[in-house]
Amino acid sequence: MDQPLILLATIIMLLPLLGAITAGLFGHRIGRNATHCITVSLVAMAFVLSMYLVKVMLLDAHPAIEGTLYTWATAGSVQFDVALLLDRLSTVMLFVVLFISLAVHIYTIGYMADDPGYQRFFSYVSLFTFAMLVLVLANNFLLLFFGWEGVGLVSYLLIGFWFNKESANQGSLKAFLVNRVGDIGFLLAIAAVLMFFGTLNYHAVFTQVPQVVSRSLALFPNYDVPVIALICFLLFIGAMGKSAQVPLHVWLPESMEGPTPISALIHAATMVTAGIYMVARMSPLFEYAPAVLSMILVIGGTTAFFLGLVALVQFDIKRVIAYSTISQLGYMAVALGASAYDAAIFHLMTHAFFKALLFLSAGSVIIAMHHEQDMRKMGGLAVHLPVTYLTFVIGGLALSAIPPFSGFFSKDAIIDAVHLSTLPGAHYAYYCVLFGAFITPLYTFRALFLTFHTRSRVEAKLRGHIHESPWVILIPLVALAIPSVFMGQMLIGPMLFAQPSLLGDSVFVLPEHNVLAQMARSYVGASKMALDAGMHLTFWFAMAGIVMAWMFIAAHPQWTEVLKRRFHWVYALLVRKFGFDDFNHTVFVKGTVELGDVCYEVSDVKLIDGVCVNGSGQAIGWLARTVRYVQTGYLYHYALSMVIGVLVFLLWFIWG
Amino acid sequence: MTISLTEFLMLAAILFGLGMAGIIINRKNIIVLLMSIELILLAVNTNFVAFSYFLGNVVGQVFVFFVLTVAAAEAAIGLAILVVLYRRRGTIEVEQLDTLKG
Amino acid sequence: MAWQFPLLSLLIWLPIVGAVCVLLTGSDKHAGTARGIAILVAIANLLLCIPLYLGFDVTSYAMQFQEEHLWIRAYQTHYALGVDGISVLMVILTNFTGLLVVLASSQTIKLRVAQYMAAFLTMQGMIVGVFCAMDAVLFYVFWEGMLIPMYLSIGMWGSANRSYASIKFFLFTFFGSILMLIALLYLYNQTGTFRIQEYYGLPLSLHVQKYLFFAFLLAFAVKVPMWPLHTWLPDAHTEAPAGGSVILAALMLKLGVYGFLRFSMPITPLACMRLADFMIGMSLIAIVYVGLIAIVQKDMKKLIAYSSVAHMGFSTLGCFMVYDIIRRMGSFQDAYMSLEGAVIQMIAHAFGSGAMFLGIGLMADRLANHSRLIKSYGGVAHSMPVFAAFFMLFALSNVGLPGTAGFVGEFMVIMSAFQTHFWVATMAALTLVLGASYTLWMYKRVFLGPVTNAAVATFKDINVIERINYILLAAGVFFVGLYPLPIINVLRVTIGHLLLQSIPTGLAMNVPMGWAA
Repeated sequence: MDQPLILLATIIMLLPLLGAITAGLFGHRIGRNATHCITVSLVAMAFVLSMYLVKVMLLDAHPAIEGTLYTWATAGSVQFDVALLLDRLSTVMLFVVLFISLAVHIYTIGYMADDPGYQRFFSYVSLFTFAMLVLVLANNFLLLFFGWEGVGLVSYLLIGFWFNKESANQGSLKAFLVNRVGDIGFLLAIAAVLMFFGTLNYHAVFTQVPQVVSRSLALFPNYDVPVIALICFLLFIGAMGKSAQVPLHVWLPESMEGPTPISALIHAATMVTAGIYMVARMSPLFEYAPAVLSMILVIGGTTAFFLGLVALVQFDIKRVIAYSTISQLGYMAVALGASAYDAAIFHLMTHAFFKALLFLSAGSVIIAMHHEQDMRKMGGLAVHLPVTYLTFVIGGLALSAIPPFSGFFSKDAIIDAVHLSTLPGAHYAYYCVLFGAFITPLYTFRALFLTFHTRSRVEAKLRGHIHESPWVILIPLVALAIPSVFMGQMLIGPMLFAQPSLLGDSVFVLPEHNVLAQMARSYVGASKMALDAGMHLTFWFAMAGIVMAWMFIAAHPQWTEVLKRRFHWVYALLVRKFGFDDFNHTVFVKGTVELGDVCYEVSDVKLIDGVCVNGSGQAIGWLARTVRYVQTGYLYHYALSMVIGVLVFLLWFIWG
Repeated sequence: MTISLTEFLMLAAILFGLGMAGIIINRKNIIVLLMSIELILLAVNTNFVAFSYFLGNVVGQVFVFFVLTVAAAEAAIGLAILVVLYRRRGTIEVEQLDTLKG
Repeated sequence: MAWQFPLLSLLIWLPIVGAVCVLLTGSDKHAGTARGIAILVAIANLLLCIPLYLGFDVTSYAMQFQEEHLWIRAYQTHYALGVDGISVLMVILTNFTGLLVVLASSQTIKLRVAQYMAAFLTMQGMIVGVFCAMDAVLFYVFWEGMLIPMYLSIGMWGSANRSYASIKFFLFTFFGSILMLIALLYLYNQTGTFRIQEYYGLPLSLHVQKYLFFAFLLAFAVKVPMWPLHTWLPDAHTEAPAGGSVILAALMLKLGVYGFLRFSMPITPLACMRLADFMIGMSLIAIVYVGLIAIVQKDMKKLIAYSSVAHMGFSTLGCFMVYDIIRRMGSFQDAYMSLEGAVIQMIAHAFGSGAMFLGIGLMADRLANHSRLIKSYGGVAHSMPVFAAFFMLFALSNVGLPGTAGFVGEFMVIMSAFQTHFWVATMAALTLVLGASYTLWMYKRVFLGPVTNAAVATFKDINVIERINYILLAAGVFFVGLYPLPIINVLRVTIGHLLLQSIPTGLAMNVPMGWAA
């Protein structure tokens, strides 16, 4: 650990952990104020330090560096290190994570003010920040997995934060288990990497790709799979779990049972994008697995469009945003599939800011409504909550990709990139994201109108009590609103089209997949791009979405009823969320329990224990009871058997 | 006509067989059982005497005396047991005596 | 040989002598004295492990701290002790667990305290003896001797169905070890000595090796326990007192795997290689099938017992994969991880499941009817927040979360399993979901949600002694999870030597071509 930069990164990583330990172990002793002072200031310190790293790594273009903290284990010739990698990608992620985390820490002071688990919450949020930093700073697959599981754990703990609520416990368990399904893939991918590359270090793995690219593994007799494709497929299964791609997206809506700050931090801005980050990080592998890239395109496209549709029929304000998150993760996945890794990370960044903003605004609404989340019981709140309203509008416009808000640039880049991609599945993905651009504003503004406009449907007893949230809640909102407006404009050039781009050599693209290079040829600058938005179909789709939302929700609410009746089966399908939950519940949950029951009741209790174990005990008893009848007690029977015995021996003696 | 060893042995075997059969087939009376045992001993004695004669060795006949003594003692004890048995159980039927049954 | 301080003897006999002293305190009138002596002895024994660890030379594969005295001249039986890298870890683990059990029992046991403490101290000494014995007869004596206090503890301090469970436990384990005795006698006839080291590398034919292998297998598979010989374990665990369950889970099960490493693999390498696929299959069944069974358990102790079977499946899998790995990868280096994983899984499981059994016992004690059924609880986290936090940690270790002990072994074994076959690894990796399902589902039903049973609301949180216990265990869980290197350093040379002995010569050369093109 001779490099001072790695030391700095280590300190940044450990500061939130320190906060988590302090808040977790001594929180009750030092009290609420001290707890939030300590955790917030530690994260703020980490954030300030990370700004220095941003300067060094991104602005001064320091080359990537690695440093080993300690050796975790060895096995034969393999060595597992706890080691950090500091490059452009990890610095970008570091910045995003710490920015949002800091905002959420501050916001929490206001949001959780009345909660008895105040200290515990701070401890968890800081622990999450630590785990997320481990994830982005890792220089090998093992440490990545540490962070990966760490964020999953904290997500589990935080979804079930209000552990008195059955739905929260259910949701947290579901989130953990679905993520674990993905982790099977991830762990197997790590095993495959270890087997074929002999190391888990990113750099060492990536440099060996040319040697491994031609190797294959027999999954079945006479059925060989290229190793790289297998690894990428398994890695993407892991990413599907974490980043909520179909069909492993089912946990994310239920994660909304957790407190809103963590919905913003974990289930919108950072953890769920870990899968996207991971695929971008592994781009040198994924580039050699075009089949997997096609799969990512198809799955990402499906997620982006169809899960967006579900958001249209939700009435819980947080669930609308949750489905929107799933849909936006689909966009990022599509970008990955099109090999536009920079665009994916770009969207990840802009999305992190505006989605965190949306969630925190929604949280502000929920606080004002005294923990009411049903939009049918809101309406007309714009007057009462002006700042919240303004920030929600900014977030909504950014999400809807209206120029010049940040979401416009990143989403437009993705749609353009996938349009240019020549991989199989790219066409399907293109139409998915294109129509998705219409759906996104539709549900966003539906939520906006239902909440802030329209006639007030607030319950009478609440009506007089609605007032704007305190400053600790508003400051993070404003802090997030600013980048949500300007970030896209500022970063699109350096992120996507500059040479070298902001991520530089952290991502790798084969020349034949390089769609961003093609786009760069026609790139005319950010402001020109925003002004020219009207020339593109996407813009009009987005505008149409907003107008439709206004017409159906604000202007003519009765039209929605007509639509519901006309297309009642579509409506039913959407309300059932395409039946994923029912299917999982019937097949996996009940199926597993029943299989377990069969294994236990039939096989273990009846067969092994009943027949074999107690059975052999009974068999011995039965044998003894049977043999007992030979013992008649009559002398003449004994005499007879003796004679017969003697005769038998005699005959044996004579003829034997 | 001379009587050879074979005839003696056949006689002894028949006696032995009768005694054995008496033990096995008899289901009624323990006295018959005792008599059958005597018969078996007799068969043994016959063998002893026959071998002693044909082999020219007197020891066999000495053994017969031993056997006879034992048989007499045994009959006495057996009958005494029988009496006690009858007193206690009121029967000497073999079918009734199955205390050894497992 | 110069006189050496008999450290191992002391480790074995101190608890047994201590047990006698404890017994002398007699009835429950002097329960306090009995507890005090027992705790002192246990602490002293754990302290004795410090010179053991410090004095152990990790660069040598030889048996260390050797002691040898002639025992029975006619049969060339020796009182021979010694430890290698694997057994030194196990000895330390035994004494660590012993202290925990004595501490925990000093809180919960109120009836026949002296006898209880004596039983557990004896057991502790016997188990250390098993790990140290270098002589087959001595090994067998300790191996069987251990059963008696265990049998008594289940039979006397157990719950309702204890007599069935204790007899089942005894018959199962005894039946297995009788065959082991026969195998040992056969080996004695072949070599004229009972020294275990002399049995390594005997030129036995494959036929003979198979018989020996199955004789050993039965003894060790019952102890591990492997499917389908596992059904004694849930019963024994359920009926045993909390301390008994901890010893069972943390130590007795490890003896099975230890037996595989000490006997089966080096003595019958050919048979092991031939039957490796069979053993891998059995281990996978243990992992998947038993995992499924654990999900539907209604009794907490049964659930953890089944999860123990599943976790020990990883250890046996790790032991018997080495042959396939070497055959496919063509080098010894790759097999290290498999065995290291197996041993670390043993240690990790001792912490995780031991802690959970302690916790369940602790909760059951607070309930009037001592119920262990999941449905008797609910919302325990409300009344016992500190305990709930600790239990969460151990549950996570059971789930195999990175950073906790449970992860290390599972990770290493799954990594190695991939080198034998993709599907073996996939099956083994299913534990990620299964383990999480049964552990966390139980956690949810017991600890979370509203308080359903009024008695639960009155539970007192854990006291100082219990806290010390849990802090010790948590330290263990984090130590193994975050920094397993010291453990691996102790293991490395021993495992290398073990591999050399357990691999039939020529295997490494015969790498079939075309599998990994």
